[in-house]
Amino acid sequence: MKQSQTSRRSFLALAALTPFAAMTATACGTSGPGTSSSGGGASMWYLSGEPNQTTMQKAVDAFTSANPDDKIAVTYFQNDAYKTKIKTAIGAGQAPTIIYGWGGGTLKTYAEANQVDDLTGWFDENPDLKEKFFPASFGAATVNGKIYALPNQYVAPIVLFYNKELFEKAGAQPPKTWDDVMSLVKTFNDMGVAPFSLGGQSRWTSMMWLEYLLDRIGGAEVFTAIFEGKPDSWMDPAVIETGTKIQELVSADGFIKGFSSIAADSNADQALLFTGKAAMMLHGSWTYGAMKKGGQNFVQDGKLGFVQFPTVAGGKGDPKNGVGNPAQYMSISSKATDAEKETAKKFFKDGILTETVIDTYINSGSVPIVNGIEDKLNTSEDKDFLNFVYDLAKNAPNFQQSWDQALSPTAAEALLNNIDQLFLKSITPQQFAENMNATLGK
Amino acid sequence: MSNAVSTARKPAVRAARSKGDPGHSGQRNATLAWLTVPALFFFLTFAVVPLAGVLILSFASWDGIGAIGSAGLGNWFSVLADPGLYNALGLTFLIMIASWLVQTPISLLLGVFTAGSQRYRAALAVLYFLPLLLSSAAVAIAFKALLDPNFGLATGLGLPFLAQDWLGVPHLALGLVIFVIAWQFVPFHTLIYQGGVRQIPRSLYEAAEIDGAGTIKQFFHITLPQLKYTIITSSTLMVVGSLTYFDLIFVLTGGGPGNSTRILALDMYLRGFRANLMGPASVIAVILVLIGLALALFLQRLGGKDKQGSQLEGM
Repeated sequence: MKQSQTSRRSFLALAALTPFAAMTATACGTSGPGTSSSGGGASMWYLSGEPNQTTMQKAVDAFTSANPDDKIAVTYFQNDAYKTKIKTAIGAGQAPTIIYGWGGGTLKTYAEANQVDDLTGWFDENPDLKEKFFPASFGAATVNGKIYALPNQYVAPIVLFYNKELFEKAGAQPPKTWDDVMSLVKTFNDMGVAPFSLGGQSRWTSMMWLEYLLDRIGGAEVFTAIFEGKPDSWMDPAVIETGTKIQELVSADGFIKGFSSIAADSNADQALLFTGKAAMMLHGSWTYGAMKKGGQNFVQDGKLGFVQFPTVAGGKGDPKNGVGNPAQYMSISSKATDAEKETAKKFFKDGILTETVIDTYINSGSVPIVNGIEDKLNTSEDKDFLNFVYDLAKNAPNFQQSWDQALSPTAAEALLNNIDQLFLKSITPQQFAENMNATLGK
Repeated sequence: MSNAVSTARKPAVRAARSKGDPGHSGQRNATLAWLTVPALFFFLTFAVVPLAGVLILSFASWDGIGAIGSAGLGNWFSVLADPGLYNALGLTFLIMIASWLVQTPISLLLGVFTAGSQRYRAALAVLYFLPLLLSSAAVAIAFKALLDPNFGLATGLGLPFLAQDWLGVPHLALGLVIFVIAWQFVPFHTLIYQGGVRQIPRSLYEAAEIDGAGTIKQFFHITLPQLKYTIITSSTLMVVGSLTYFDLIFVLTGGGPGNSTRILALDMYLRGFRANLMGPASVIAVILVLIGLALALFLQRLGGKDKQGSQLEGM
């Protein structure tokens, strides 16, 4: 009898351990290079992938060689993995000194938990720095009237890219209206080419379609109301019409076959466009640089076309409105030591968006968020695209930040999950609106 | 899998101890008790304490970043009323049962096959063992690349029937997940069965041959009954282990398309670390613990009351 008890206990132990192992295994990704404790040094987490990683490493190297007492240790992570890792690290008090992010709802949760420092006073002391950046870039860095992050890098609107070669072959023009889109879908399907490339497994890629469509149909006010958490704001008829249009496009085979198994992290969606398997792609302007680098001279030979998102007949939105990332952001962890914070602030002031960094971004096909770069853009070999992005960002009456960044993490996760189901047609537009409406205020 | 492997060793330890002289001095027992201290310490620190923490968190509201507040029974009500939980539960059990049905016959047959003493069988055994050496994330990334509908194996080798939207159609994705799990874990269970088969005394087969039993009869009347406890061990590891399939599915599908591969462990992670809802995630963790306990007890019962009795009576 004694034996059977022992064996039962060992099985209890096994049973108790196993599910728990999942919880700890999922959480154990948090350990990493924590806050460095040595004085005068700051730590920073940044995204891997080119050209960003090299640009940042060069900027850090230049800064540390000019300021030998201020060391900055950078660790690079993949985009999708970073988004989870940084949240967990902050919750565990293991955040790096410099917290990289996209502002908006996520920054708001950090600010409300006093995890990041208020930089308003520091910007007031350094007016030159504040005036260096596009004024619009501060919107997503501001929580309750206070600035919690330094805008940096580049403005990244969502752009409709197309393959000029395929359009010539089809004798077609890039779409100006939603009706054009639907007729182009037929044209390209008849040609045996997929109309649109989409990395649907990443979900935020599909979200870009909704962001533009909702803006064109209902105007910027619809999402503003959602962002402000107004009751029943997701139940706006424009949301349901947006969902209906998306499902019509999916049903008409508008997206490449198998789009929901393509992940954007692998850049397969871009490859479909530049290898001529798909005619068009709605994506962030950062893909221009990536396609220039990896696209087998597709960009260099002038085969990549780009236009603003088409209008929708009867829609209320201004066709000049843009969506995307107004900038990327860096905050300072409130848990860092004073010496680390000083180093970080010095780096913010002297190390980021230096002339060299600005030139590197422009050369890689991005528009840095600094004022007075028109001359540089005009002399660049990518001036057509750079000016297009610059004008889009500058002239947009409303530049909507990406929804998954603007909303709280809880609402954003529900949004991405429901968008995935909407594209799979496993929920109706009505159900989509209802599901999302339930997340308001969360 | 590591904790599963370590618990698998425990019965051996137990057997060794039971052979010790029962009438020996109490001093020896005291020494033996001291030897359990490190194990107990680790068990308390890494299992019991965090488990209590999860239980407490299941009654709290916490976004993982700010202050922890009390939620009372709110988390439990909201999770139990969420159809997502039942979808995840259903998928977890579906994958568990399908994995068992797929993996058990394959690993049993492979185990019997590789238990033979011929050289080529030993060589094949090494090959079969290879998937076990790869991490789940690596396996998932490799399969994802191979199955890409536009740039994957189908296009590379010109095999159009392979050009399915494997990870984009709900039922295909689910089937694929079951296949990849089997691909990864069959080697482990093959190893268990191989060891089990090698422990069966030759004399049983010799006697059967004299009585005129063929290979198939020998398999069903000697090998299979002799492997009873091996099957129970392997099944327990498979069933309880399937509750923790997380990394592979997370990398392969991320729970998608839609929610079609969002099993319980993944649901817990996505709620906790993506949606910043640590309270509801802890509720799911507690549910996982309860299911794991119930399953382990159930499987233990399957062994029958005489499970301590020898199968080699009279040998």
